[in-house]
Amino acid sequence: MNIEFRQESFRDDFTFRNSPAAIRRFPFPFHEDSYMYSVNMEPHVKGAPGSAFESLIDVDEHYISEMRDREKVLKEDPLRCQALPHMMMAQWDTLELLMEQQAAGYPEHFSLTKDGDNWHWINKPLGIDQKFVFGDVSTLPCEPMEYITRQAQGDFCIVDQRDNNLWMDAGIATTQADWSLDFDIGMNFMEWHGPVPLAHQIGVFERALKFLLNLQQGKPVRRLNWTMTINPRLDTSPENYPKWGPDRATVTPENVGNKVHLRCELQSLWRLPRSNAILFVIRCYLIKMEEVATVPKWARRLPRVLRSLPPELVDYKGLTRYRQTTIDWLSKFDDGAPTSPGIFPD
Amino acid sequence: MLVVGIKSRPVYKGLMIDIHSARHLFALEGEGAEALLEQIKSMGSGFLEKAEILYVGPENPAGKLRELKSFDFWTAPTIPVLLNRLKASLQAARMGTRLYLSGTEGFIGQAMQVALDLGIDFNSIRTEHRGSTARRVQCVHCKGITDNVTTSPFTCSHCGLPLLVRDHYSRRYGAFQGVNIDAEEPGSAPKPEVLFP
Repeated sequence: MNIEFRQESFRDDFTFRNSPAAIRRFPFPFHEDSYMYSVNMEPHVKGAPGSAFESLIDVDEHYISEMRDREKVLKEDPLRCQALPHMMMAQWDTLELLMEQQAAGYPEHFSLTKDGDNWHWINKPLGIDQKFVFGDVSTLPCEPMEYITRQAQGDFCIVDQRDNNLWMDAGIATTQADWSLDFDIGMNFMEWHGPVPLAHQIGVFERALKFLLNLQQGKPVRRLNWTMTINPRLDTSPENYPKWGPDRATVTPENVGNKVHLRCELQSLWRLPRSNAILFVIRCYLIKMEEVATVPKWARRLPRVLRSLPPELVDYKGLTRYRQTTIDWLSKFDDGAPTSPGIFPD
Repeated sequence: MLVVGIKSRPVYKGLMIDIHSARHLFALEGEGAEALLEQIKSMGSGFLEKAEILYVGPENPAGKLRELKSFDFWTAPTIPVLLNRLKASLQAARMGTRLYLSGTEGFIGQAMQVALDLGIDFNSIRTEHRGSTARRVQCVHCKGITDNVTTSPFTCSHCGLPLLVRDHYSRRYGAFQGVNIDAEEPGSAPKPEVLFP
């Protein structure tokens, strides 16, 4: 399958769009007409062709443009990519996993050949041809996690496991929904989830942690998370909040279909073989309301979900200023008919 | 009293002298001296023979500490000077040394950073909050740190943005997170309210 990569921007003139096929494969995060936090984890196994689950590390039409955007963010703020010193083995694990998965899923675009520790990586979309020695940092242009995550869509956290907890000890975050890697690095699972409302009280994090501590190699898991973003902006970091915050006050009944985006995170978690750390992939997908409206099931469901949200969640996700305008605009697509279970289009 | 329920904030459980330690190293700030004096009341003063006390703050508790028969007592004129000395003491420390920190949260946070940098497990450090509830805050935008923040919002002492003090704490920075409060509508920041007296 040959992907046609789009040239588009996630800032300034915001030329990002989804092709009709990309709309159909969007991982819509609501399996029913309401939403509340839950431990919604399932095995990360391959799904139907034409869905975002077709490959376990998904590469899509936005790949090249997303990598260009990441480059810009890192140039402005190198602290978006950090790794504590004890994480080097986990960095190599991450490099191997992402190279192998991308090569397996998209052999026409990526290839990895190994001859003992002498590895050869070819990334055709980005024009990269790299021979290196696995385990020898001096044979790569930068540390392994940074090297490979500059060539993979999504944010990545590598969490170390010790003292019956998970510790966010390395990561790269340039497409994040308002959390700071620089601030959170070194925190444990409960600490970095500290600001999330409601979920602590209903025991979600305790159960999720218990589950993840037992994650097995070769059996990755996934969950979907979501928020909303004004304009197709990947970098909604707290660092740059003064740059994107004002966008939230620009939504009107006239522009809501074009400006308001559903932002879905396909999060997958992988036990790493050498380090016993866990790679936490946070892959971000954006879709504007006009695009959602082309899928009847989603257009019916989304306004119902937005109406069902508890106020704490509306506030935490930053929807307050434009939720009602969005519900009003979407409601014209909701004829009240029942929706089928599950996330996929009918 | 500090607000409870902030998941990322350390829990300051109290100094609780570990009688099995070969050495006791105290770093105390201001009213933090009282935490040690209370321990002596309940535990007796035997452990002081093996104690080194570093202190920064007003003369009043300093005088009381000086009268104790500790192995070593030292006062610093400012917090940064005390932190330098703490680093030196920890570098020279041997197996079996127990570290105790007491004072304001900003002080405990900075002293803990020194210890963490030297590879000490934070779980092994005994801490007790005393004195003002003022917070040390990192601006998430410019990354500058402002000490002794008593209000929210407050003006970042580095970049000048009005910052909301979020209930989110980084041990690595020894600071809470400050986020621009009027980003969505510049100029709409509410008046500062004293929340951390």
